[in-house]
Parts: sequence; C-alpha cells; structure tokens
Amino acid sequence: MDFNDTPEEAIFRSQAAAWMAENHLTANDKQGLNRLEVAKLWQKRKYDGGWACIGWDEKYGGRGASAIERVIWDQEENKYDVPSRFFVIGQGMIAPTIMAWSTQEYCDQFLPKLASGEEIWCQLFSEPASGSDLAALRTKAEKDGDEWVINGQKIWTSGAHYSDYGMIVTRTDPTVAKHKGLTAFLVDMKAAGVETKPIKQLTGDADFNEVYFTDVRIPDSYRLGEVGQGWQVALTTLMNERLAIGGGGAGADVPLAIKIAQTVSINDRPAIEDSAVRAKIANFHVQEAGLKYNGYRALSALSRGDLPGPENSIGKLVGAPKLQDIASFCMDLLEEHGALWGDDLEFMAGAAQRSYMGAPGLRIAGGTDEIMTNIIAERVLGLPQDPRADKGIPFNEVPTGN
Amino acid sequence: MNFEFSEEQLMLREQARGFLSQHCPPTLVRKVFDSEQDYDAALWQSIAEMGWTATAIPEAYGGLGLGYYELAIIAEELGRAVAPVPFSSSVYLATEALLAFGSEAQKERWLPSLATGECIATLAHAENAGQTTAKSLRTSFSDTSLNGIKKPVADGTTADIAIVTAAAGDGSVTLCLVELNQDKVSRSAIQTLDFSRGHAMLEFDNAAAEALGEGTVAWSSFEALLDRAAVLMAWEQLGLADKALEQACEYAQQRYAFGRAIGSFQAIKHKLAGMYVKNALARSNAYHGAWALSSNSDTLPLAAATARVASIQASLNAAQENIQTHGGMGFTWEFDCQFYYRRAKLLSLAIGSERHWQDRLVTALEQQKPEAA
Repeated sequence: MDFNDTPEEAIFRSQAAAWMAENHLTANDKQGLNRLEVAKLWQKRKYDGGWACIGWDEKYGGRGASAIERVIWDQEENKYDVPSRFFVIGQGMIAPTIMAWSTQEYCDQFLPKLASGEEIWCQLFSEPASGSDLAALRTKAEKDGDEWVINGQKIWTSGAHYSDYGMIVTRTDPTVAKHKGLTAFLVDMKAAGVETKPIKQLTGDADFNEVYFTDVRIPDSYRLGEVGQGWQVALTTLMNERLAIGGGGAGADVPLAIKIAQTVSINDRPAIEDSAVRAKIANFHVQEAGLKYNGYRALSALSRGDLPGPENSIGKLVGAPKLQDIASFCMDLLEEHGALWGDDLEFMAGAAQRSYMGAPGLRIAGGTDEIMTNIIAERVLGLPQDPRADKGIPFNEVPTGN
Repeated sequence: MNFEFSEEQLMLREQARGFLSQHCPPTLVRKVFDSEQDYDAALWQSIAEMGWTATAIPEAYGGLGLGYYELAIIAEELGRAVAPVPFSSSVYLATEALLAFGSEAQKERWLPSLATGECIATLAHAENAGQTTAKSLRTSFSDTSLNGIKKPVADGTTADIAIVTAAAGDGSVTLCLVELNQDKVSRSAIQTLDFSRGHAMLEFDNAAAEALGEGTVAWSSFEALLDRAAVLMAWEQLGLADKALEQACEYAQQRYAFGRAIGSFQAIKHKLAGMYVKNALARSNAYHGAWALSSNSDTLPLAAATARVASIQASLNAAQENIQTHGGMGFTWEFDCQFYYRRAKLLSLAIGSERHWQDRLVTALEQQKPEAA
C-alpha cells in the first residue's frame, strides 16, 4: 500500500502539471464566451495537446493511460477552474458503451469527436412512467426494413438541448417480460421528429429536458447489441455512471465549513471552538475522506483489471446527502445571513446555497438514494429482492397506475 | 499509488482468520465471559507462538521486524473474533510506548519478552470519570517512586508491567515503567461492561518505578503515541463492525416473517446497507490511517483521528443494529450479539471517546495547510 506517487507516476504528474501550467484557459481566453463555448474550447485544447480522454486508445484520441494516471491527471487538471460537465455523460458513460457494444466503424467515427468535444452526447433512459423502474420504459422502436421507427417520450435527459447524438433504450417487444423486450440504439438528436423541451428545475436552471420522438427513423446499424439485449447494454452505461458521477464534486465541503466557522461567532467566541460545531465538522470529514479513499481503492481494483462493481454506488449515496447536510450546516453557522441569496456574499454563502439547492437533484439523478441502497443490499450484501408484482409477466399485461 | 495490501499481507489475513476461527470461536469468548477469567491464557500463548505479539518489534529486540500493515491486519482479525486477550494493551500501547520513548536499556530489557508474549504490559492512564489531561493527572512520580491511583486499567489484573502516566508539570507527562508484581502496587479487579476482558484499579504507594527514556515527554508526544494506537484500534473496531454486519445479514436471510425472509423488506435491507456504508467508509479511512502510520507521514494525526472516529461510529452502529435485526433473540444472553455490542462500546471508550477524537480531528484540520485539505 502506498498513497504516494511511484517514480513513474511522479514523472507523469509533473508532465501533466507542466502542460496545465502552460495551457490552462486564461480569463482572456474565456472573454465573451458562454459556458458551453468555454467547455468546448478547453476540450479541444486538451485534445490537441493529447490530454483528452487519456484512458482511451490513441486511435480514438486518448493516450492509453492507466486508471491511476487518469486520477493524477484529474487532480492536476482540477487545480485549475476547468469546465467539464458537458462531456461527462458522453465520455464517461456512453463512450464505454459504444466500445463494448457497437461496431469498429462507429468507434472510429464517433469516439474521436467525443474526445475533442466537437460532438456532445446525451443518455435517453428515463421516461415519465419509468424512473427508478427503468426497465418499465415504453418508448417504442419498430423495425421497418433496414430501419427502426421510434415513438415515445424521454424525460430528465441532461444536455439533450445541446447534444448532437444520444443513446436510447427502447421497447421492441411488449409481449415478453419487461427486461427481455428492450433494445438500445444510437440516435441522431438532429434527426427529423426529435423535439427537445428544457425543464426548469427548482434551482431556476434548466439542465435537463423532455425529449419527444415522433416517427424518428434510425438505421439498424445504430443498434447496440442484439435485439432484446437492451437491458445488458444499459447496465454497461449505468456501471460506468457510478464512476463518472461518483463521489466528490464541487460545492460546500469541509474546508468551506471550517472557513466559515473560523470567521463567525457563537456566544462571542469563534464558532470553530464550539464542540458541537467541531463534532459536526469531524463527521463530515469522516465521510469526505472516506469517500476519497474509497475512490482510490476502487481505482486500485480497476488498475488490477477488475470491473467497477456495485460497491461503487456508495460514492453518490453518501456524497449527495452529505452535500445537502454540509450546505445546510454552513448556512446555519451564518445564522440569518444564511438565508441571503447571491453569488457575491461574504463567507461564500452563495456556494453553500447553490449546494443546498442542487443537492436534492443529485440525490435523485442517476439512481435515487433508495435505489442505490437497494443495489448495495441486494448486489453487495446478497439480500433477497423485494417480491415484484411484474415478475415474469409479459410487459403489456403488467398492472399500471395513472 | 496503490491502495491495497500486498499479496503476502492478504495471505497473512487469510491465515489469521483461519487460525482464529479455529482457536477463538464464539464458544471460547463465551467461556471467558461466563468465568472469572480475565483472558484466555491458552489463546494468548498460541497467538504469541504465531508471532503476532512480535509483529512490529525490530529484529534487534527479538521481534519480527514486520510493519504496521501486518499489525493492522492482525488487529482487524482479533476484532472480528472479539478475542479475549490483552493484545491491544500490550502491543498497540505498551510496546509502542517502549519503542517510542524507552531507553536502549529499557528496550533491551523488555521488548524481547513482549515479543514472545511471556510479558504482558499495559498502559495505565485514566484516573477519574471524565477526560484525563496533563492538567488533571494526580498520579505523581519523583526519583524512583510512583504514587497515585489508576482506574480502570485494561488488562491491569494480568499485566506484568504497566506504563503509567504521571503529572510532570508544564503540561508534560512522565511515562513511568512499573513492575506490577511488587508490594507497593495493589491491584483489584474491576468489572466493566465487557466480561471478556479484564480490568483493574491500580494503586501505587511509593511504588518502585522508572521513567521511560529521558524523563518527561511533552503532552503532544504522548498524544502522538495515542495516534498510533488509534489506527490499530480502528482496525480492531472495523473487524468487529464487519463481523456484526455479516451476522445480521445471515440472520436476515434465515429468519422469515409474513412469508418472506426479513432481509427482503426494505426496512431491514436499508438498515443493513446503511451499516455497510458506514463500515466501507471506516475501512477506507483505516487504510489511509495504516498508510500514514506505516510511512510515518506528518498527516498521521488527521489520518488517525479520522480512522478512529469512523471506526467508533461504524462499530457502535453495526453492533446495535445487529441486535435490532435479530429482534428478541438478539436481546438474549444466549445469542452472541451482545459480545459485539459490549466490545464495541469498550473499545470506543479506550484511549479517548468519540468526542475526544472528533476534537483532535478538527484540530488537525485547522493545522493543515489549505492546499493539502
């Protein structure tokens, strides 16, 4: 066990750090660009410099880096204020699915443009009637010659409004049990019949969408895996989701809580001296550090060649409620000033508030806390599944509510 | 970066688990529990024969000269087995104190017999109810004689020697080495909530003693000793927490209610998953603690406090929810659930409570450079 860099890793780190020092985006670079344009500019710069998607094969724009090298790169890259979220789904989740389930031709066609940021992808899974019960999705795909015709509605699709392509899971056979009648495809988001409507969130932002498909035609070659194998394909994506959106992330954290507690007072003494405050901060640190080292252990397993397992669900399961709690705690320390809204407030109250408002979404997106807890109970601890009312029943005979 | 034990270390774990499942089954714990014994002497002897007591002692003093990863692995297995032996007192605390502060002569005198397990040692620190600090210490030492009362002292009835903390003024402390088998030391057995470990009250009345090493040590150096012990204690607590979780999962699969295994109800399965999450976080923090201990990192105070707090929380939670999962049977004398419940609490009170280590943790965070956070 060694938490320090090996000599080779130290060399890699210094190369990464040197490149970042030379090439990071300056305020000048970002002048007049919106967030998406900044993200694309940064992604292209990394791609040209050989630092995009470094874990991928060189022929797709990567550099065949190891799991540990990816962590080192992430650490060095994140020492700067860099945009990334526009590409997480495409690069972190859909690209591994394309590599596993699509053709060499499409790997060659799509992956380099995913790496360079030229094309953005979205994940079309959830539907109004299938969230946690993802396999209950109803969007239809019907074969018509060498093409498939898609009809239905997706929802909560992050980034659909600026995506070029998507990965969609559809129902191709409603007469078999629900997991067996699914098929996955690539889809051109600019195709005729695709309509995207942003959803305004409680934060006021609109990061995700409803997406309607009306007689959208896609070639059979866009199919991922066999007809009826859509659930297995979706699991590849979801496995990688655990790694892509895992723990950590920006926002309210222990250093912010300490900074605030050192600045404000409780009973005319610095709040940091209050033992209840100290106990809370200690507990948050236990979670934060635990997640960090848990991530390192998962990467050790990855670098030994193990697949990301269900135990990685804990990153999001712990991280999202922790973000909510610590944000709320930071606001409490500010007393009535904790309620003030804005970005330029003293003590970074804005950061705490953004986390407080965003955290409920994180606890739901990519598998709710409850689903993640089920995954741990059933797939890690081996406990029995809940009895399922739809088990073994043809999908079109499963009871539905309103 | 590599965050996993080596092949050899993983083999040691397997070997230790196998050994303890044979030599320290729950029936042995129960035997000590139901008797007047303070520990199981035969188990202690076979543990010593395995070389576990010698693990981190340098070869020059008769030890194996292995490292703290190996000791952490053994600690975890002893925790799983709720082993009724004075290992933590003798190895994490007293042996470490001798290694850290002992003079050459003291090390040569005591470490070889600590390595073979012939000598059992302990640390005697607590005095009155509440936190024991440099200021609150009443035990005193001058020249060669020690006076005061220590209570409770883990394994104090069985130990041959004790490292005793005595007030030295100026916020310092003297660590006194005392042979307990002398007239000027009286020891009386004290009952604690964990019947599988012996505790004593030690009274020193002008007892013959010698200071470890140069004499007094700074309070911060004494705390550094506790940091080292905290990492190993965290591993022991973690082993216990995992075992309690396994026991709860097993029961939840066997026990049926309303026509289904109770483990299929989300009320139970989410409880068990919650135990798993706490244990997993504690494990990752314990890994970091073992690394910091093993590499003498200057992040040890933070790593140790984090591992300790995480393991206290995980083990108490696992032990109490294990009983809850067992329902009425878990509350019986006959079931083993109580072993984990009792030991988890005992270990959480040794070397400073949860609140103490939360406080230490935040102190370490405050002292950290911002970029290292």
